[in-house]
Amino acid sequence: MQAYIVRRLLALIPALFLASVIVFATVRLIPGSVIDLMLSQNDISADKLSRDQLIAALGLDKPIWEQYARWMGGILFAGDFGRSLWGNTPVAELLLARLPVTFELGLMALVVALAVAIPIGAYSAMRQDTVGDYLGRSFSILMLAVPSFWMGTMVMVFPSMWWGWSPEVKFVPFRQDPLHNLSQMILPAIILGTSLSAVTMRLTRTMMLEVLRQDYIRTARAKGLSENLVIARHGLRNALIPVVTLIGLQAPLLIGGAVIMEQIFVIPGMGLLLLEAVNQRDYPIITGVFLIVGVAVMLINLLVDLSYGLLDPKVRYR
Amino acid sequence: MAALAQPLARRLTVSPMLRFLGRLLREKPLGAVGGIVFALFLCIGLFADLIAPYGANQISPINRLKPPSSMFLFGTDNLGRDVLSRCIYGAQLSVIIGFCAAGLATLISVAIGIVSGYLGGKFDLITQRFVDAWQSFPDLVVLIVVVSVVGPGMPQIIVTLGLLLGVAGSRIIRSAVISVREHMYVHAAQSIGASTARILWRHVLPNVLAPIVVLFTTRVGAVILIESALSFLGLGVPPPAPTWGGMLAGSGRAFMFHGPWLALAPGLCLTIVVYAINVFGDALRDLFDPRMRGSR
Repeated sequence: MQAYIVRRLLALIPALFLASVIVFATVRLIPGSVIDLMLSQNDISADKLSRDQLIAALGLDKPIWEQYARWMGGILFAGDFGRSLWGNTPVAELLLARLPVTFELGLMALVVALAVAIPIGAYSAMRQDTVGDYLGRSFSILMLAVPSFWMGTMVMVFPSMWWGWSPEVKFVPFRQDPLHNLSQMILPAIILGTSLSAVTMRLTRTMMLEVLRQDYIRTARAKGLSENLVIARHGLRNALIPVVTLIGLQAPLLIGGAVIMEQIFVIPGMGLLLLEAVNQRDYPIITGVFLIVGVAVMLINLLVDLSYGLLDPKVRYR
Repeated sequence: MAALAQPLARRLTVSPMLRFLGRLLREKPLGAVGGIVFALFLCIGLFADLIAPYGANQISPINRLKPPSSMFLFGTDNLGRDVLSRCIYGAQLSVIIGFCAAGLATLISVAIGIVSGYLGGKFDLITQRFVDAWQSFPDLVVLIVVVSVVGPGMPQIIVTLGLLLGVAGSRIIRSAVISVREHMYVHAAQSIGASTARILWRHVLPNVLAPIVVLFTTRVGAVILIESALSFLGLGVPPPAPTWGGMLAGSGRAFMFHGPWLALAPGLCLTIVVYAINVFGDALRDLFDPRMRGSR
């Protein structure tokens, strides 16, 4: 097991390297025309940058390998993600301020998603082809189809039209007033969570159906275990292993969804930071958010893989 | 001889398809309805120019923010454009982006998944690390970054989405291939000395066809959803193109308080189409999977 963890951590290094190359390459594709556009478009900073200054600030005046080495070296050895082009704030500072907000939203949404998905999925499988199963499945497929941004838009528009109620736009940080903060986050978390729950629910049902047909389930029933024990210990425990993988696979969806929720509900997380940076074409910020998001997802997936051993005794780490 | 062979050949090629449709209707009525809606959506997209009562960007200042009526079935927006027509032209954009990106994605998934899953070993390990790195990035975030660099537009959205979903989907094909790889008939083929290419083509591919078809179908829905999310953020196909996501975008929200139909119509179109595609995909999966057959 320990050897496996060490090997996985070592394997993470090339993956992180690949990710950094993807991030670096994507953003360095900036065509020259965009630089002209940035110069003409941006009057946010008081003292306008000249073309050469801008190119230097983006680091585009140096050979490509040197650009990468400087960028990566700065992050690895000094935690330096560069500075915002227009605000001149260190990007690392912005990231640190925004990351916890998105993390909180994501975690809340995940809890909502699992709490909705697993019970309904398991129930649906146990009562296959009954009315309950159809209702559960219809709900899950419907949730899969309803775009979270549409739900968010409707929550903004209709309650305000009917009852004059609309979600607060003034964000209160968790440290300042935890309860107030949670009450603000719960609505976007529920919207994000229910739209994510659909896939988990479908997978729970599918896996549960497959597992319930296995011989060991018949054996468990034959030796007189109560149905609840059969479902919980022999059924769910086997069916949920792929569901755990799915949580890892859904991490990117969760973050993507968070971008949308943050935009609709004006929550100052990573997503809103990214969108603001895209509007201003502030590439150091874009690069920073891009990289952090990728690294975060990788770490989540590592945790998911390591948790296999706890769930599935059949998995032996080699 | 030739005259005899021809009807026989036709019967062999046509009847399995018809038999399959028959089974779909009989065993999965909801899936069949989904399939019909999917086909309808495709037709509306293809013939948008003939169906739409008005132009997508035809402005009519005297008819601003009119509620749904016999003249404007879904009402009009703040510029007096017919919402129904815009929804129909929106379907056209969704069809184009959905099918192109999902097709590209499926091809990539199958190529990576089959080879990586069947060969295993070092090749699989390296490929999977690359897939790991690649899919650590949320589709939406990558699209936002790509658009920030190359600017918004349909071709870049299709290619980026195809690559993104293609690499991610290869996992699904790979895991299907891994379970097929251990089957007796594959071992039998290996032991009689069949080449790897032949095993992949004749034994592995047909047995993972079901996940491939289901993957493509659901990918069309996924692409439509992601594209509309991107347009919603104002980074998709640029306005005034009538994308469903763009019609819901934040910039138009102020008008939705006066014309709630503006908030409803595009969202309903999206939900109905994606719902239909998913139900259809589900039905296909159930019908294809021999283990599910007859287990009602």
